[in-house]
Amino acid sequence: MNQRASNLLDEALGLVDEGTNPWTLSGRVLLIEDCVETSATFLLHHLLKRALSTLSSNVVVFLALSQPFSHYDRVLRKLGCNLAAQKENNRLLFLDMLSSEFPDGGESGLVALYGKIEKVVSALIEENKKSITIIIDDLSLLEVAANGASNHVLDFLHYCHTLTSVFGCTLVALNHEDIYSSMEKPALILHLEYLADILMKTEPLATGLATDVHGQLTVLNKETWDGQGRSRNRIFNFHFRIKENGVEYFSPGSRA
Amino acid sequence: MAESICRALRDGALEGEHAPALTIRDSLASPFGFDVFTHVLTQLSSNILAGKSQSGGLVLVAFTRSPSFYMRLLKTRGIDVASSRKWIQILDCYTDPLGWKDRLVDSGNITPLSKEASTGESLCKNIKDMAKLFSSIIELGKGLVGQGKVRFCVAIDTVNEMLRHASISSVSGLISNLRSNDQVSSIFWLLHSDLHEDRVAAILGYMSSIVASIEPLNQSANGQICNSENLSLLERNYWKGKLHVRFKRRNGRVRVMQEEFDVEQSVINFTSLSSGDELINRNLLPKVQFSLQLSEKEQNDRAKVVLPFEHQGNGKPIHIYDGRRSLEDSHNEATSVSTGILQTLENSSKGEIIYLRDSDDERPDSDEDPDDDLDI
Repeated sequence: MNQRASNLLDEALGLVDEGTNPWTLSGRVLLIEDCVETSATFLLHHLLKRALSTLSSNVVVFLALSQPFSHYDRVLRKLGCNLAAQKENNRLLFLDMLSSEFPDGGESGLVALYGKIEKVVSALIEENKKSITIIIDDLSLLEVAANGASNHVLDFLHYCHTLTSVFGCTLVALNHEDIYSSMEKPALILHLEYLADILMKTEPLATGLATDVHGQLTVLNKETWDGQGRSRNRIFNFHFRIKENGVEYFSPGSRA
Repeated sequence: MAESICRALRDGALEGEHAPALTIRDSLASPFGFDVFTHVLTQLSSNILAGKSQSGGLVLVAFTRSPSFYMRLLKTRGIDVASSRKWIQILDCYTDPLGWKDRLVDSGNITPLSKEASTGESLCKNIKDMAKLFSSIIELGKGLVGQGKVRFCVAIDTVNEMLRHASISSVSGLISNLRSNDQVSSIFWLLHSDLHEDRVAAILGYMSSIVASIEPLNQSANGQICNSENLSLLERNYWKGKLHVRFKRRNGRVRVMQEEFDVEQSVINFTSLSSGDELINRNLLPKVQFSLQLSEKEQNDRAKVVLPFEHQGNGKPIHIYDGRRSLEDSHNEATSVSTGILQTLENSSKGEIIYLRDSDDERPDSDEDPDDDLDI
């Protein structure tokens, strides 16, 4: 991967000097929004790789509703990360929920799922694991598993949010914005945008399709610390190109 | 103007009247509602501690942040939290709002609540029950100020969570009951208006004596796909904005004001509108091509105009006819009545014309003592 190019995204997220600085996303909620034209799963892969490549006490709890483990393992290998090894080392706890269904309107299933996550996180804290990242791929499928009960999904996310404040966990969730586009008040996605500390959105270019640019990425980072004692919301916008072994990020118009 | 809001909540309710109520409403276009909420919370806390407020304590109903978050926040803003038990109680509706953790503990799936959890009566495990929520708030308030005449104020960090689990009618009922409670001094809450139907914001607006709406600085940048051209405009919307406030007074008059703000390090700073903005503190006069207002010079000149049949001050007392007393009574009245002009045109041979003006002209907006006008 082009180390220099990926810094645009890491810079926007406040992740700099990979491997030397501690995980700076503790206690924060990251929401990734994408659409059919521009999938943002590459961001999940990037965050998964970054979470596993920082301090050795970093652990990832991955809720997989979209793809099996073998898919992520294959993708991350091309990015230089061995998920199977991380899983064996108990740095990656992979919760396979591909065939999950929550009966009775979904609430009891989501309560049980939260209980499972809370139990895992509490145990990790007792083992002195300081940085725990919970990744959900993806929320729309969680809604499906809960029989469309978006209110229960929001309740589940609220309880996951308590893990960020109590245990300093990082919560990362992917959702598809365009499936709510026909709704007058898309409550779930709006609630999530209020909940998020960092909002990452992939969109197609305003000018349409292009060979060398696959889309644009906007990152809204609420109250970043720029190192000079000032903190305010920052918004970043750059283009990206997905390659076989990574993703290139560049400023608009800088692509030759 | 933000100070006017804080002053209204600080001064609280008059005897026999409902407590003043503030709705802070924002949207994703300018999501600074929580910053305004914490600003008001900090100011009110400061006034309570300094003994300047009608209320002797504050009950904070926390849905979106943990109690310890608020304690840390108040501490960083210079509020004495060491004595917090004497003046603030937080009803924790954040940690376990639906009793999920209780259910999991009962089934042996997780261990009991950890270090962050609240204990005792300040933990709410069922936010769907508005009646229980009301009684918890009142109980906490009375625990702070006692059963007597001392009041307490109530802050709800967002009504959206309540509205997710209860109907608008039951949430309105809760707010109405709080406002009419004899021991509630004032109440304020945050509403993210784009999460519900417009009628919800309207209903809560009707129940409020003050509505503070947060609007983006640049309306044109919203809704567009972000690109390099509108990026700077969008970014500006994420640390600056406008506060639009409507005060409803007891006599029915509405006062509308605007102010700008910016947010840095989670602290909000208010400034008057810059000269480049198209809206300044506006009144309710319609916008037409001719001027309907008087300049200061014109007002002074008008005050000097000698009206026909008006008394020119020959030593007799000045009265305003108020419709309740007879003309003879008004002649015999001492000078303690309100100012006015009694005019007579004396003509000893033909009689006299006695003209009493109904009232002085009311100025469009008196800022001499704005606190008196902040009535419901």
